[in-house]
Amino acid sequence: MKAMNRRKFLKGSLLGGAAASVISKSKNADASASFGGYPDTMGVLVDLTRCVGCRSCEAACNKEQGLPAPAQSFDELSVMDHERRTSEGAYTVVNRYEIPGQDHPLFRKIQCNHCNEPACLTSCFVNAYTKTPEGAVIYDPTVCVGCRTCMVACPFYIPAYSYSSVLNPVIKKCIFCYDTRLKFGRPPACVESCPREALTFGKRKDLIKIGNQRIKNHPDLYEDHIYGENEVGGTSWMYLSSAPFDQVGFDTDLGTQPILSYVKEFLTVVPMVLTIWPALFAGFHLLATRKDKQKKEEKSEI
Amino acid sequence: MEHIPKYLLSTFIAMLLCFSSYSTIALAGDGPDEVEIDSLAQLYEPVYFDHAMHEEVTDSNCAVCHHHTLGTQIDDENCMRCHAESGATDEIACQECHPSNRFEAEYLNKIDADNTLYHRDKIGLKAAYHIRCMNCHEEMGVANGCQDCHSRTDAGNKFFHAGNYAPPESEKPAGGGH
Repeated sequence: MKAMNRRKFLKGSLLGGAAASVISKSKNADASASFGGYPDTMGVLVDLTRCVGCRSCEAACNKEQGLPAPAQSFDELSVMDHERRTSEGAYTVVNRYEIPGQDHPLFRKIQCNHCNEPACLTSCFVNAYTKTPEGAVIYDPTVCVGCRTCMVACPFYIPAYSYSSVLNPVIKKCIFCYDTRLKFGRPPACVESCPREALTFGKRKDLIKIGNQRIKNHPDLYEDHIYGENEVGGTSWMYLSSAPFDQVGFDTDLGTQPILSYVKEFLTVVPMVLTIWPALFAGFHLLATRKDKQKKEEKSEI
Repeated sequence: MEHIPKYLLSTFIAMLLCFSSYSTIALAGDGPDEVEIDSLAQLYEPVYFDHAMHEEVTDSNCAVCHHHTLGTQIDDENCMRCHAESGATDEIACQECHPSNRFEAEYLNKIDADNTLYHRDKIGLKAAYHIRCMNCHEEMGVANGCQDCHSRTDAGNKFFHAGNYAPPESEKPAGGGH
């Protein structure tokens, strides 16, 4: 009888386990369907064919965000002789790219692309990051512990770190001018400063229409692709270019899946390990040592 | 922070004012001799655009700059698809078509609400000036730097950390670390 019971129990638990795994799998499948972003999220379409590398956007960003004075003035164009990255003192930088076969260079502004499903947000274990319905990926520096995981997670290498701060180094990056402008429906400072509308601010879905219209009207000028429409699940900042995107510094191997989807399955296991395992193994330990304890007690009674 | 809205306001007011001296229908040669453009007056001195000289340069073919808005034939193939029969229109000044509030919520909502709108990608007034002027200046091989057309004000120098506000010379490489 006893053996039967055990067999039945095992059978039942196997079936139950299978059912549970099926359920959890379908749940995962639902969750991994792309979020695709908030419906009326704002964005910026960067048109590389219009940028002349005047660096007005860099100056505007510096002023708006109250960043430290630059090492060289913003009308110094020689800083573009080498490729620059965003830093704690510059949330946006313009780089120059010489295009083989073209007689003039292209300029590409970089800043946070404000992903629909940001990897930085997913990676942050203190939940410092927020994706706002307006489209900005903002962060709370008072919560940031300076672990720099988001710097590793970001597919665009954007978040910078205040290495200069000894006591409280935190992450520094573009916030789409959320506090001072975007929240009130106004374009970021860089967009407003751009003399040639290389930066077009608008609702993300309208910007995709505009981008497609430009490509359609000038098929000889543009690459037939809006970078950021689908890359890593879509970004609020998107790009049009007249040269192949890999020639102007873009990573063209990022795929269309949000970075989140690569780690979601692993990450869902983490809280389970943290909550269930201690109780489970403590239970095993107690069970395993119960007999010893009883024996000890019996012995001491004798 | 307070400078930006002020600068914005003056931008918009100035944009509304400039080109307002146009009559509603203009023929080649009817344009103003000189137009003062001071929409960026906060950072740059006003530009005195020599309209008469540019009429000469373009052989009085207004459409070189003004699209289809004057008595001359449209030459853009893409425009011709719809506007072949449109002829001259009442609008002549840049600001009649190119909005100075291109990125304001009101304008963005307007283009968002109209699904049938073709001209949803109409560039704003500031960009219309700069793209028109600079692209042609590049083609013609004439001066094309920011300060070739408008010299910077003191506020402009401060904004760009240039002139009196230039950072001291240093040995450090430009750009800084990450």
